[in-house]
Amino acid sequence: MSETFARPGQERFVAPLEETPLQAVDAVDESAPSTSQWGDAWKQVRRRPLFIVPSLIILLLILVALFPSWFANAEPRYQELAKALGGPESGHPLGFTRLGTDVYARVIYGARASVTVGLLTTVLVVVVGGTLGALAGYFGGWLDAVLSRVGDIFFALPLILGAIVMLQALQAGSVWTVSLTLALFGWPQIARITRGSVLQIRGNEFVTAAKSLGLSRIAILWRHVIPNALGPVIVVATISLGTYIAAEATLSYLGIGLPPSVVSWGLDISNAVPSLRTDPWVLLWPSIALSITVLSFLMLGDVLRDALDPKGRTR
Amino acid sequence: MGWYIGRRLLQMVPVFFGATLLIYALVFALPGDPIQALFGERPASDAAIAALREQYHLDQPFIVQYLLFIKGIFTFDFGTSFSGRPVLDQMLEAFPVTIRLAVVALIIEAVFGIAFGFIAGLRRGGIFDSTVLLISLVVIGIPVFVIGYTAQYLFGVKWAVVNPTVGGDPSWFDLILPGAVLGALSFAYVIRLTRNSVAEALSADHVRTATAKGLSRPRVMTVHVLRNSLIPVVTFLGTDLGALMGGALVTEGIFNVPGVGRLLYQAVIRGEGPTVVSVVTVLVLVYLLANLVVDLLYAVLDPRIRYV
Repeated sequence: MSETFARPGQERFVAPLEETPLQAVDAVDESAPSTSQWGDAWKQVRRRPLFIVPSLIILLLILVALFPSWFANAEPRYQELAKALGGPESGHPLGFTRLGTDVYARVIYGARASVTVGLLTTVLVVVVGGTLGALAGYFGGWLDAVLSRVGDIFFALPLILGAIVMLQALQAGSVWTVSLTLALFGWPQIARITRGSVLQIRGNEFVTAAKSLGLSRIAILWRHVIPNALGPVIVVATISLGTYIAAEATLSYLGIGLPPSVVSWGLDISNAVPSLRTDPWVLLWPSIALSITVLSFLMLGDVLRDALDPKGRTR
Repeated sequence: MGWYIGRRLLQMVPVFFGATLLIYALVFALPGDPIQALFGERPASDAAIAALREQYHLDQPFIVQYLLFIKGIFTFDFGTSFSGRPVLDQMLEAFPVTIRLAVVALIIEAVFGIAFGFIAGLRRGGIFDSTVLLISLVVIGIPVFVIGYTAQYLFGVKWAVVNPTVGGDPSWFDLILPGAVLGALSFAYVIRLTRNSVAEALSADHVRTATAKGLSRPRVMTVHVLRNSLIPVVTFLGTDLGALMGGALVTEGIFNVPGVGRLLYQAVIRGEGPTVVSVVTVLVLVYLLANLVVDLLYAVLDPRIRYV
């Protein structure tokens, strides 16, 4: 008779009362290993080449950014004008730039600027956008309305366009100003994702349970909602990290991002443009380094999406 | 429907004023004197500076300057740049070129993106599918100026099939290569969107019904699968038109296309505040209206969606 109370779709969860002892229904296999969302995700990705390859590339990249002198002997700012645009020779495997600096050393030392801007921007965006998005999604009401409209304002301005106007106004390009500018125009994206994710988690039973246990709203948000809402945010943040690195290179290429004293791929590409027709390789090496870097973060984000964000699965 | 449009237009109002105020503040409220910059190192008479200040309303408080600017926008009076050209003239020269470029990019990304995405979606997991997915990821990963210079070098210099740079008054043919470069990123997104959408439609009930009714496979694939899976793609292409016009900055620089992006970039570098704020304002308007049109288009394409 218990079947008559079951809602459509739930029938299979209801055990026939007469035949099944209560203990059997309640019994939970306590020896089973506990799996969290993160444990599941890790199990899913750890053997996939699409996860391993970009992760290794990113680890290598971080190592190169921290200790560039381990990877290159030449000094990236040392100019030998006699060898300008010269081909490869011993100790200088990729030849020389138009200004007579070593191409290989500049590619290696250029990693630091890109990685720093990418990481710094992502941290800023996740902290600011994540906090505002979580507050908007959790509390709703006028706070949500105001924050969403403010986000719309920044959304209406394309990233590169807003960034060049802002950086030109600041008149002082540095790793910090470039990161702050990118974060200023980038936070609404993370805020939107976090808001959506929090809205979805907020309606779950375990949140109601926490509320009925008497937890404060802030405690529920911090300990129950945010940890569960993080999945999609991490996915988008990983992909955005790649796009911020590309945006920094674009701004530096336009001559409006990092100053010429910083070794950066975007600037090197920009400097190699005049000799494109005669020596395309000088332009190609920093381009390849930049593309592989951006690609690694995009691929990692794609794989994480499959593992962490079941709704956005691509297969 | 009319109610919905009205509400959406009302929601656009604060966004429009917020975005333009933000740009206006970035351009005009920051330290630095654009009038003094006009004279460079040379000394200027106080009278001349005062006259110019008055002409550009720089003697007014910031918020009055902004309101005068907005008033000008609504009466199609965009003012003159510091170098003395009417901003409207500059925009009337630049916008048609960029619109043409954006249309070329849109056609390229729509035709190739939908075709590749459709085939990949039909044979999910196959070699073609994996290859197309990988290519789309690579295209998304490579920054546009790298794609631009590589394409320019290969097609313009090495094989010399097109002119490497475009120059004034470009023909449609001249714009094919810059258009392809500009549309490359969205092309990759269209592929992925179409692929997922087609794959989803393949397992939909209405497709199974159509097959069970005995319709031929080509008819099921085109009328029942493709048509329905195009809805998100079409809406993406709609919003992309606004993004393409604002994002043409780098591409126009590489191929020397005299469009909005180049106008804006040079105005920023030269400190031509009046031009910058006007162009950005028009771009923001295009973006907001494109989004509105796309939302309405959604209801037309998908009869299940009704706005109240």
